[in-house]
Amino acid sequence: MPTVRIPTSLRKLTQGREEVTAAGATVRDLLTDLEKQHPGLRTRICDDAGALRRFVNVFVRDEDVRFLQNLDTPVKEGDEVSIVPAIAGGR
Amino acid sequence: MDFQSYLKQVKGAIREITVEDVARKKPARLIDVREGDEWQEGHIPGATWIPRGKLELRIEDAVPGRDEEIVIYCAGGTRSALAAKALGELGYTNVTSLAGGFSAWRRAGHAFDKPFVLTPAQKSRYARHLMLNEVGEKGQEKLLKAKVLLIGAGGLGAPSGLYLAAAGVGTMGFVDDDVVDESNLQRQVIHSTKRVGVPKVESAAQTIADLNPDVKVVQHPVRLTSENVLDILAGYDVIVDGTDNFPTRYLLNDASLILRKPVVNASIFSFEGQVTIFRPFEGPCYRCLYPEPPPPGMAPSCNEAGVLGVLPGVVGLIQATEAVKLILGIGKPLVGRLLQYDALNMKFREFKLPRDPKCVVCSEPGKKIELIDYEQFCSGNFGAASAH
Repeated sequence: MPTVRIPTSLRKLTQGREEVTAAGATVRDLLTDLEKQHPGLRTRICDDAGALRRFVNVFVRDEDVRFLQNLDTPVKEGDEVSIVPAIAGGR
Repeated sequence: MDFQSYLKQVKGAIREITVEDVARKKPARLIDVREGDEWQEGHIPGATWIPRGKLELRIEDAVPGRDEEIVIYCAGGTRSALAAKALGELGYTNVTSLAGGFSAWRRAGHAFDKPFVLTPAQKSRYARHLMLNEVGEKGQEKLLKAKVLLIGAGGLGAPSGLYLAAAGVGTMGFVDDDVVDESNLQRQVIHSTKRVGVPKVESAAQTIADLNPDVKVVQHPVRLTSENVLDILAGYDVIVDGTDNFPTRYLLNDASLILRKPVVNASIFSFEGQVTIFRPFEGPCYRCLYPEPPPPGMAPSCNEAGVLGVLPGVVGLIQATEAVKLILGIGKPLVGRLLQYDALNMKFREFKLPRDPKCVVCSEPGKKIELIDYEQFCSGNFGAASAH
């Protein structure tokens, strides 16, 4: 199963875990499975219409899915999927 | 014969030219025969420097044709008169000496060039830079002439500000409207215990004055707004973004696109940091990466979330490294790549960051960009405002 990297700001929804595994053949499937395992996670990543929020990026390996096939981007065994939200802190 | 009589005789035998004639005619061969330290203090633009003692040895390389027009000058017109006589004896037929010399030239208000030279103190201070082929005297000159603006004199601005000052960045601006608080000192190493309560820009300026007298610090004790951002950014070459809030980051992004200034962007949260460079219209911009800011509450700031004290040190110095590379024009800049630093696992990850062909601000260079004031922005008018 692909590994999903959870950003610090969302780890309270994964019991503090920074890496979780999720099942699925596309990013959409992974998010659906993640939501089953960790209720509330999906709404932090996707808006009400189900699209990726505009301040959260999902990378499959090192590629931003917005420039691939978005939520339909395929994932395979061993892929590392990173959820990278905008952070503003500087001080 | 005494010297004065000799000089009179020499001046009688050569031709002199006035400052006004040189300024008007701009002779092709203008030779400065003064000593090296005098030349470095300033010289007539376009002049060639051949000190009097080397004149006969070097003139044939500098001016091969014996009939070319040559104007010689020194500080006051005496050495150049003697030099003109010597060139006459070497067979040069069209030589004049500038009456009154460089002093008269300056007195008349004409422009002059001052070559960039490191002082002995600077040669010693920057010795480890001068040893690097990639930096050297040329690179150090670029650093000393560079103008870098740091947004925020806090967690990120403190370490990057210190190292950029140490490196000899000649002009550094700080934008911050806050004062030093005791809780800042766990990570904001440019400030100090005795300056709690002092404006951060002033505290940073004091530390830098102690560290490197070559650096001029410009204090901007304000918050960036759509009213002031263009004026503040205009005077700088490179922007280092270490601010602590989304409205400023988006405002800065849009203003930097208007002014076409590169931004070295970084942000930190708890144990992780993100760094990248936005180079307007060449690489992606902040809105290519994150088209819209999160609504309040969806992304806590560091104030609420806590931050490991050493984290901004590492991330701020990556920013400083990238800023120095941009100034020197060396290496491979962090453009189009998002570097993510994970302090807990000590991992660096890199993600590809393409330009978004549909980006609302940078996809059409030349399109008018409306600056959005952060208050409007925070009240949820972003969508409407960005449609301009």
